Amino acid sequence: MSAGETALGVASAVRSGERSAVEVVEASLAAIDALDGQVHAFLEVTAEEALARAADIDETVAAGGDPGPLAGVPVALKDNMCTEGVPTTCSSKILEGWIPPYDATVVEKLRAAGAITVGKTNLDEFAMGSSTENSAFGATRNPHDTDRVPGGSSGGSAAAVAAGMTPLSIGSDTGGSIRQPASLCGVVGLKPTYGAVSRFGLIAFASSLDQIGPFTRTVADAAVAFEAIGGHDVRDSTSIPEPVPSCVEALGAGVDGLRVGIISELLEGELASGFEPEVLQRTRDAAAALEAAGATIVPVSVPSAIYGLSAYYLIAPAEASSNLSRYDGVRYGNRVVAGDSTADMMRATRTAGFGAEVKRRIMLGTYALSAGYYDAFYGKAQRVRTLILEDFARAYAQADVLLSPTSPCVAFGFGAKSDPLTMYLNDVATIPSNLAGHPAMSVPFGTGADDLPVGVQLLAPTLAEPVLFRVAAALEAAAPAAPLPAVAAPALTDPTIDDQGVPA
Amino acid sequence: MSDPISRDEVAKVAELAMLELTDGELDTFTGQLAAVLQHATDVDALDVADVEPTNHPYPLVNVFRPDVAENRVSREELLAAGPEIEDHMFKVPPVLGEQP
Repeated sequence: MSAGETALGVASAVRSGERSAVEVVEASLAAIDALDGQVHAFLEVTAEEALARAADIDETVAAGGDPGPLAGVPVALKDNMCTEGVPTTCSSKILEGWIPPYDATVVEKLRAAGAITVGKTNLDEFAMGSSTENSAFGATRNPHDTDRVPGGSSGGSAAAVAAGMTPLSIGSDTGGSIRQPASLCGVVGLKPTYGAVSRFGLIAFASSLDQIGPFTRTVADAAVAFEAIGGHDVRDSTSIPEPVPSCVEALGAGVDGLRVGIISELLEGELASGFEPEVLQRTRDAAAALEAAGATIVPVSVPSAIYGLSAYYLIAPAEASSNLSRYDGVRYGNRVVAGDSTADMMRATRTAGFGAEVKRRIMLGTYALSAGYYDAFYGKAQRVRTLILEDFARAYAQADVLLSPTSPCVAFGFGAKSDPLTMYLNDVATIPSNLAGHPAMSVPFGTGADDLPVGVQLLAPTLAEPVLFRVAAALEAAAPAAPLPAVAAPALTDPTIDDQGVPA
Repeated sequence: MSDPISRDEVAKVAELAMLELTDGELDTFTGQLAAVLQHATDVDALDVADVEPTNHPYPLVNVFRPDVAENRVSREELLAAGPEIEDHMFKVPPVLGEQP
């Protein structure tokens, strides 16, 4: 038994009493111990707490109870979600040493479903970045090639699952921060509908865009995880007052009769000319596979999508500049004493506490919101956002789901995109879903340059996760064999364990 | 055309955001912010005069929870996170420039 299994495989074995949760958690901790020196996915491992929770799960099973659909499943949390008694840093020096006094709703829900949190994962500082290079505590390395980035900002969570350290991890996605690292690490990544998963306890970056979602090795695991963490929460005023859509039951429904729209702007034309040819080809292959499985492929146009990047890089920094004004050395986090006034202390604290990318975005946002520029930048970006929503509405009149590449490229080398604008261009295909609040998912589909993983992106309208999962399951079934990570837990290469994580 | 943002404007924005920049950082950030703002001028190609702004993807208004008192986290727990505490209050250096 090892940690490279699926969440469903683990949960079913634990629920039936076939394996103990303690054994599962020990295997996950052993994999982290053996592999994380090469990957640096984790900022904090909570071994003692995890083993204690695992023992509780085993007791529940022994007493004839059911610990839930994620019974005994080790889960890694992006370190921008609050965990009571466990440091939560956002990979920022300004929060180093801060210990939250409460758990995020998503943490409570995971535990209620039987999952066991084993640690906190690395991210770009305050989730600002697409490579995890912006962490104040060192970069995470891609398990497929440790000379390359895992993507970001949820790079630690993506790498933890890719290497088989945990079968499930949780990330957050403001402009692609779940889907792009999922693509680069060869795992499944879901950004649910805005408001479908509570953000209570998620440290805010851009409040009208942020969303929490799972990373898994299979589409079915993502469905189970989404159902476990989704649903209305009175503590998050942006939470949608509807039940979480049923996704597990949609998995086997197939794609017969479904219309899959190919976003033409993200496959051909000027914007797509910057995409790697293999990435574009895998997207076409995915469309062909869905057609062969019974779907109808229709070209659709989302013309304003090409302006999404500009709108996003005004709206997100504007919201960030406001959200991050709370880090001033008064109520929590680090304080740097300087000068002889509160203002001096605040300036010194923020200057020492934030990294360069966070400072860039705070300044960009402050500028976009400042008198005289507000209409030209922030106001206009909000109007572009409306156009994107209208374009999507037209596209969804013709198609049930949309298909595009997730990332323009496979995993790139450290320092390869050191110019900020070049890095931002990475998010061009993922940003429109955040601006629209729609769900989207990256599903592994073959390889690109240097035999590195490529993910394709599926998009659907608000709360249409079930149809997203129908198509994702079909894509997964048709996907070419996935490359094995260079750094991986034994079960990923163990022939005695089948692809559902069940020992033969 | 003129640069979308000048060095002086970046210095002003940094001051508003309570960040101190070295001369070198000021040069670097000015170039980088100008490049992003220059890219953002692509939206000038769109006529959005008659388009309503969207500030939130899901139209929720007046979200209320039941009017029941809740005390999930105590004052002491919240205060414990502060860098300096005195008499159940967050302590800061002088605000009006006078030493105590």
